[in-house]
Amino acid sequence: MNSSSAPEPAFDALYRDVILDHYRAPHGKAKLARIDGRADGMNPICGDEVDVHLAVSPDGRIEGVHLDSRGCAISVSSGSILYDLIIGTTPTEARRILAAVKAVLHGGDLPAEPNLGDFDALEGVKKFPVRIKCALLPWTTLDEALRDLESRADAPATSAPATNEGKQS
Amino acid sequence: MTTVSARPLDVAAIRRDFPILSTEVNGRPLVYLDSAATSQKPRQVIDALTDFYSTSCANVHRSVHHLAERATNKFEGARARVARFVNVATPEQIIWTRGTTESINLVANAWGDRNLAAGDVVLLTEMDHHANLVPWHLLAKRRGVKLQFVPVLDDGKLDLEFAHARLADDGPDRPKLFAFTAKSNVLGTENPVADLCRRAHAAGIVTVVDGAQSLPHGPVDVAALGCDFLAFSAHKALGPMGVGCLVVGRPALYERMDPWQGGGEMIRRVRLEDSTYADPPLRFEAGTPSAADAIAFAAALDYLEALDPVAIHEHEVRLTALALDLLRPMGLRILGTDDPAQRAGIVAFDVPDVHPHDVATLLDGRGIAVRAGHHCAQPLMRRFGVQATTRASFYLYNTEDEVRALAEGLAAAMEYFRR
Repeated sequence: MNSSSAPEPAFDALYRDVILDHYRAPHGKAKLARIDGRADGMNPICGDEVDVHLAVSPDGRIEGVHLDSRGCAISVSSGSILYDLIIGTTPTEARRILAAVKAVLHGGDLPAEPNLGDFDALEGVKKFPVRIKCALLPWTTLDEALRDLESRADAPATSAPATNEGKQS
Repeated sequence: MTTVSARPLDVAAIRRDFPILSTEVNGRPLVYLDSAATSQKPRQVIDALTDFYSTSCANVHRSVHHLAERATNKFEGARARVARFVNVATPEQIIWTRGTTESINLVANAWGDRNLAAGDVVLLTEMDHHANLVPWHLLAKRRGVKLQFVPVLDDGKLDLEFAHARLADDGPDRPKLFAFTAKSNVLGTENPVADLCRRAHAAGIVTVVDGAQSLPHGPVDVAALGCDFLAFSAHKALGPMGVGCLVVGRPALYERMDPWQGGGEMIRRVRLEDSTYADPPLRFEAGTPSAADAIAFAAALDYLEALDPVAIHEHEVRLTALALDLLRPMGLRILGTDDPAQRAGIVAFDVPDVHPHDVATLLDGRGIAVRAGHHCAQPLMRRFGVQATTRASFYLYNTEDEVRALAEGLAAAMEYFRR
């Protein structure tokens, strides 16, 4: 069976070393003492799950990001890279990065700005269309966590929270 | 196995009947190990579809012109064909549906809403497919029925002691209905359907059997199984997608079933404000049916029945045994029983440190198609403490070489992730 265990060059564009490094030791595992925004994401097709927790400092920066990923190499490494890119940003900056990542995964070229760090290693996923959802999962979950963060931030400013329903943040 | 088939399968000849099996994927010959999701189709079935649309296409049970009569005759002939395959007395006991899922939804609505009330117990199992869980969740929301579940043991078998006790309970929690799969789509476990039905009936409990994974492997004898309802799809049994059946074991059950979908074909007389209904089975077939698919399914059953069911079973057991022998020493966690004869055709496993998606992508690169994910059985995945698994499933057209290719591909995938 050893003869068949040769390297598989077709996959080296998908499973770059940097991706496998992130997969084996994903960033953002540490739990947060305080959670200001959160979302539990799931890909109903495969059952992969990721929970994203965010904590924001008084000056409005995302000072804490926690990811609990139960998924494949692509979704876990994408979440780990998400941690690196989002930590220390403002929610507005995080949204710009999120938009840039989505644009790349939907077929666009890597932008010069914002800098997407290790995310360039995930570009190979574009050649495997069924796996794009895997790479997107942590990011769509981040989107929900940011919305949760913003809706919580809005809440104290509203004098009558009961009428807050349906309000777009 | 003590029985030995008189006519072993000529797998090479069978494979020539399936055009897709001689195609390539990613530059390699296709190795199709995902038949539990859907089977491939023989030329005879594809020809039946083409033939219907080329020579007989008309809506059924409506017009009086020549083509309509021909289409209706073929459509009703297919119903009779299914009735013979599942050994029920009359074709009227076969309701055409879109597949297993719609068949079970039909029971939950047409029988469930009529006969079950708040507090009534519906007994299900932990190994059932979402198709045999969610329709009952919806019924529980509509009617307030209570759902109970037969657990699955570590060896992948149902906790039969629990099931027997529940089926013998004559207290207030006595189940009114027992819905369970004949064969698990993840574990491969074959449940003792006839015995469970016999026990249920002794207690007056109505039985619904999900036959999606059992029917593809040879004729199913509803009379011998003694079930009230049997649900299955054509597409897992060499037939086309989009059609399936609900078999009603006893015509008397129709007396306690209400129409569930309204529209053409299911009516007798319609006034603006009310309507009366056609007799069963048409009462439960609102709208234009998938006639071409039903007719092609009859061709699939002809194909299946021309083969020896004992030989099909032996072939699938042999492939499953080989897969277990090759995979066990590789350090994989294989879900379910060690006995290939009790899980023929299905092997789901967890590869340490490699997620099923990554396994499936790497195998796909070798032209090998397997299923990766929760297999529409999330509660069962949770029961075994896994997020997802990789599943290889074998059918009458698979070969031992294909099983070996799977093992080699898995070894390579594990090696690749170890780099």
